[in-house]
Formats: sequence, C-alpha cells, structure tokens
Amino acid sequence: MNVFAIRILMGDRAKYIGIVIGLTFAALLMTQQMSIFVGLMSRTFGFITDTSLPQIWVMDPKVQFIDDVKPMQDTELLRVRGVEGVEWAVPLYKGLLKARLSNGAFQNCIVVGLDDATLIGGPPEMVEGRLEDLRRAESVIVDEVGANGKLAKPPAVPGGKPQPLRVGDTLELNDHRAVVVGIARVSRTFQSQPVVYTTYSRATAFAPRERKLLSFILAQPAPGISADEAAERIRTRTGLAAYTAPEFKWLTVTYFLKYTGIPINFGISTLLGFIVGTVIAGQTFYNFTLDNIRQFGALKAMGATNLLLLRMILLQATVVGFVGYGLGVGAATLFGSTAGRSELAFLLLPQTLVVSALAVGVICTLSAVVSMWKVVFLEPAVVFK
Amino acid sequence: MSSSTAILCRGVTKNYGRGASEVRALRGIDLEVRLGELLMLIGPSGCGKTTLISVMAGILDQTDGDCSVLGENLRRLRGRRRTKFRGRNVGFVFQQFNLLPALTAAENVAVPLMLNGVGRTAAVRKGRELLARVGLGDRTRSLPAQLSGGQQQRVAIARALAHEPRIIVCDEPTSALDHDTGQQVMELLREVAVRPDRSLVIVTHDARIFGFADRIARMDDGHIERIVTSPDQLRTPVS
Ligand SMILES: Nc1ncnc2c1ncn2[C@@H]1O[C@H](COP(=O)(O)OP(=O)(O)OP(=O)(O)O)[C@@H](O)[C@H]1O
Ligand SMILES: [Mg+2]
Repeated sequence: MNVFAIRILMGDRAKYIGIVIGLTFAALLMTQQMSIFVGLMSRTFGFITDTSLPQIWVMDPKVQFIDDVKPMQDTELLRVRGVEGVEWAVPLYKGLLKARLSNGAFQNCIVVGLDDATLIGGPPEMVEGRLEDLRRAESVIVDEVGANGKLAKPPAVPGGKPQPLRVGDTLELNDHRAVVVGIARVSRTFQSQPVVYTTYSRATAFAPRERKLLSFILAQPAPGISADEAAERIRTRTGLAAYTAPEFKWLTVTYFLKYTGIPINFGISTLLGFIVGTVIAGQTFYNFTLDNIRQFGALKAMGATNLLLLRMILLQATVVGFVGYGLGVGAATLFGSTAGRSELAFLLLPQTLVVSALAVGVICTLSAVVSMWKVVFLEPAVVFK
Repeated sequence: MSSSTAILCRGVTKNYGRGASEVRALRGIDLEVRLGELLMLIGPSGCGKTTLISVMAGILDQTDGDCSVLGENLRRLRGRRRTKFRGRNVGFVFQQFNLLPALTAAENVAVPLMLNGVGRTAAVRKGRELLARVGLGDRTRSLPAQLSGGQQQRVAIARALAHEPRIIVCDEPTSALDHDTGQQVMELLREVAVRPDRSLVIVTHDARIFGFADRIARMDDGHIERIVTSPDQLRTPVS
C-alpha cells in the first residue's frame, strides 16, 4: 500500500504543493536565518581567521573581543618573548585612524601594523603587489573592498563612477603621507571600515602619540609544546591574557552573543520560520487528511488496520518532508551562493543542515500526528453516511 | 443457527448519544441472513437500515444483543482481529462509491486484495480480470473521475468481489444512479455477486429494484416489521 499512499498524496496536487511549499518555506527560512547568523558570528572573528599563522594571541586581560583593543606597553613584548616555551612573539598594532581622501573627505580606517622584521599577521590574500613591498618607505596595503568603495577616488568625469584606489596612489593617514603598494583581500568583519596594513613602526608613527600602543602580541609555541600549554605559561608568567586562536574566536563570539541582540533577532526569525512552516504544512496536511477522511473510512471498513493507515500517513509525511526540506535547503544554498558575492554574511554549516532537518522532521511529525489522531478515532461507520 | 446461516442477529439494539439527545435507532432486531441469498433491507428514512447494516458488517458496535457473522460473535471480536475479519469476509458497496480518486480502476479493485496481503502486481492483475467481468475491461487505467456514476459503481462492485468475501453489504447502491443504470447495476450484482456460499445485504428504498431480492425485510422505527419473498407481498397488509 506504500505506493498507493504516495499516489494518494500526490493525487491531490493542490494540497501536496501546499504542504511542500509550507515545508520548503520553513526549511528555507530556518536554514537561511541560521546561516546568516553563523555568517555574522564568524565575521566577528574574521580578523583572527585572517591572521592565521600565530597560534597564540596575547593581550591586556580586560580585552573582551577582537575589536576591543586595550593597548599594552611595548615592554610586554620582551616579557612574552622571555617565557619558556615561546618560539617567537611579534607585536601587532590594530587601531582606527582617520584617512584623508584626495577629495578632502575623511574616512576612518582600521590600521594594522605588522612586525617590521617578519611582517607576520599580514592579509591572507594579495590581489595586487606583494606583502614585502611594505618594507618600502611610506608604504601601505589597502583591502580590496575599501579600495573600491570607501577609499575610492572621485569620478574622473562628473556623474561618472568613482575610481578605485590603485597601487601607486597616495592617502593621508592622520596627516602622514602613505603610498599604496598593494591591494589585499581580507575577510569581512563587523567593522565596515577599510583595512590598511602597514608595518608596526609606521602604524605607531601614524597613530596619535600615546604611552601604550601595543595592541596584541602574536606568539608561537616552541616545537613540542602545545598552544594551550604555551598560552598557560604566558598567562602565569606575565599576568597578561593569552588565548589560542580558537579560544580568542570563541571569546569574541561569546561577547557578541552575550552583549548584542543578534542571537535573539535571529532566534526569533528562525522560530518564525518554524512556526509558519508548522502552521502552513500542518494545516494543509490536516486538511488533506480531512478531505480524504471518507477514503480512510472506506479503507478501515475494508480491513485496513490502524497501524497500516498510520504507516501510510507517516510515509506521506516523510515524503513531503524530504521534498520540502530538499527544496528549502536547495533554495537556501542558492541564496547563499549569490549572497556570497555580496556584503551579506552567509555561512551554511553542516550543523545548520542537521538542525533544519530536525525541525522539518518535527513539523512533519506534528502534522502527521494530528492527522493520525483523526484517523485512529475515525469510526469506519462514516462510510455509510 | 443452521449451516446455511451467514448472519444472525438476536435482540440487537443500538442507541446513539446519551440522555436527552439519545436516539434509539435499533430497538431489538431479530434477523437471519442466509448464505446464497440476496436480502434487501427497506423502510422509511431514519428507520435504522444503515445502522443495522453497519452492525452486521462489523463497522459499528451494537448497544445490546448479539450479532454473529459466519459463526463469529462480533461482540467477542474486537480491534485488530475484527478489522482483519472484516477485511477477509466482508465486501462493501457504498452509495457514494468511495473509490480512491488517485488510483486507477484496476488499482481500486486491487485494494481489498492488498489489504489481505496479496502483492500489488498480482492484485492489480486480478483487478483487471474483475473489471472485465463487470464489463469495464477497457477502462482499467481510468481514474474514477473519468468514469460515469454507473461505471464507478461497477468498479466498486468489482472491488467488493475482489477478495471473494462471504458477505457483501451495499447501502443504497443505486440511489446515486439513474433508473436504467440502477437496473443494470442490480442485474450485474445478481449475475456476478450471488453465489451459494455468499450473502448479499442491500439497503435500499428504491422500489424499482425490489424485484432483485430473494427476501425483503421491511423495517420501521428500529424494528423488522415483516419479511417477504416477493415485492407483491408488501402490498398486502400485515396479518
Ligand atoms: N451517528 C449518529 N448519531 C446520532 N444519531 C444517529 C447517528 N446515525 C444515525 N442516527 C439516527 O439513527 C436513526 C437511524 O438512522 P439510519 O441512518 O440507520 O437510518 P436509515 O434507515 O439508514 O435512513 P435513510 O433511509 O435516511 O438512510 C435516525 O433517527 C438517525 O437520525
Ligand atoms: Mg441510510
């Protein structure tokens, strides 16, 4: 009777499509919202991801997340280098500086200063130029999105398109001249400002004079020592905070989860997808069962046991579940692949797929249970009514 | 109960609802349906015909009294066993046909066989044979919606015969059909359904088909008022 169960299901085109649309919608909305949420959350630590080489981040103990810079004294670097089990440690400057564009407008930029000697912590991908070009005087590397957008030069002709910032162009960073020697591609972060890479000494020269300018110390454990172990040693010897890269990412995400309304907002829209999906799919599925109630009654009269009818309903629910889930997740993936090229954060994790699958499963089960209820308590005598 | 008895009702009552809204649909039915006969249940609307046939078919519980079908006391046959018993022994023909709209004629006929464990391919093949017997050999692939009322009822008859049940119950099988079609359906039922080892119970208030019955039981107000063997006897007053 399994084949017949599916034929009966698909025989009612309108209802079948209605149920599938409900489930597709639910799967799409839930997957999409969760993926945007995950995407946004992974953006919070985009800078940590980009700075992939060092395994340990050392910072002021009060730092709560990556953009929460609490500068340290330069001498801390030497203390970290002195900790046993630390292979190397380099300084990193990260701060917001004002850039003056050629049209006179100001634009805040994230300026990242890399260790002069090693240039550790550079951008993950160069689009133009080389990282080593930072060794030239006054040189900076600008991120692609910034170069094409906020740092772009005014149109050559009035009303035309703004011209992207190119290698060889100059900017003024906090009244200091800087020459663009490269364009880099960096992960998007929560901070929408352009990212400007330069050397540590140049960055600190650009920055306003202050007693403390060292934002982070990037360190590597010595061979044979785990990152956890080395971080622990740095903490006890220096009193600074030291995290492994994954720990620092998690610290950052936790901060955003705790102190922003982001999770609640996405939680609500995910829940909405679930509820709307349940209502549409459940309601239509129930209507479908009600429409076929005489048929179910006839089957019961003719000797179909409750167990058989329940199996048929469960099978029908499973089929619409799979179709709806497939379409919904497919649509979400399609959405994600188009969104990938835009500003939108979208990161589809396998876990998200599992969660949506479970949610769709729950919707189908609820729908099926309501219908089963109706069928189990159906008097076969209705067939003569 | 003799060996020729298919259904035996003794003091069967049925009340619907409770308290003030209680309806006494059956008020003590004594009735024997014999194997090999076509028994018609007739009577005015609301007299309890459908209720009685439902009890006899094992799809409705009586309030009191006993009803045995093929020697099985329905009271002692419950739940899944009762359902299986029905599936094996009872064929149904409904006023509104009740075919599954998504299935072809042959598949509809195959359903009772499949409910008895026959595989789909074999069941559908048997379905086609049966459709040929009811004169629909060329419509085996049609969906119910593509068939006329009379054709649908013939599919339903084929379905009621498919698993070769010992009992066939029909509630108003002709009242959704025009006169000629109704006559044809009854002729078909007599021709293909009546067998020495089977009983047909047909509820109807269509006087034009009374002639197809071996016996006619007239009901009134929850009672069997009289049983006759020919429609002519219905005209003579109760003695
Ligand atoms: N499910 C029910 N609940 C309450 N009362 C019912 C129910 N089914 C039938 N009845 C009542 O029981 C009585 C007998 O009904 P039944 O359907 O058996 O009559 P019938 O002889 O088949 O009538 P008709 O010729 O109109 O089909 C009627 O008074 C009817 O209103
Ligand atoms: Mg009736």
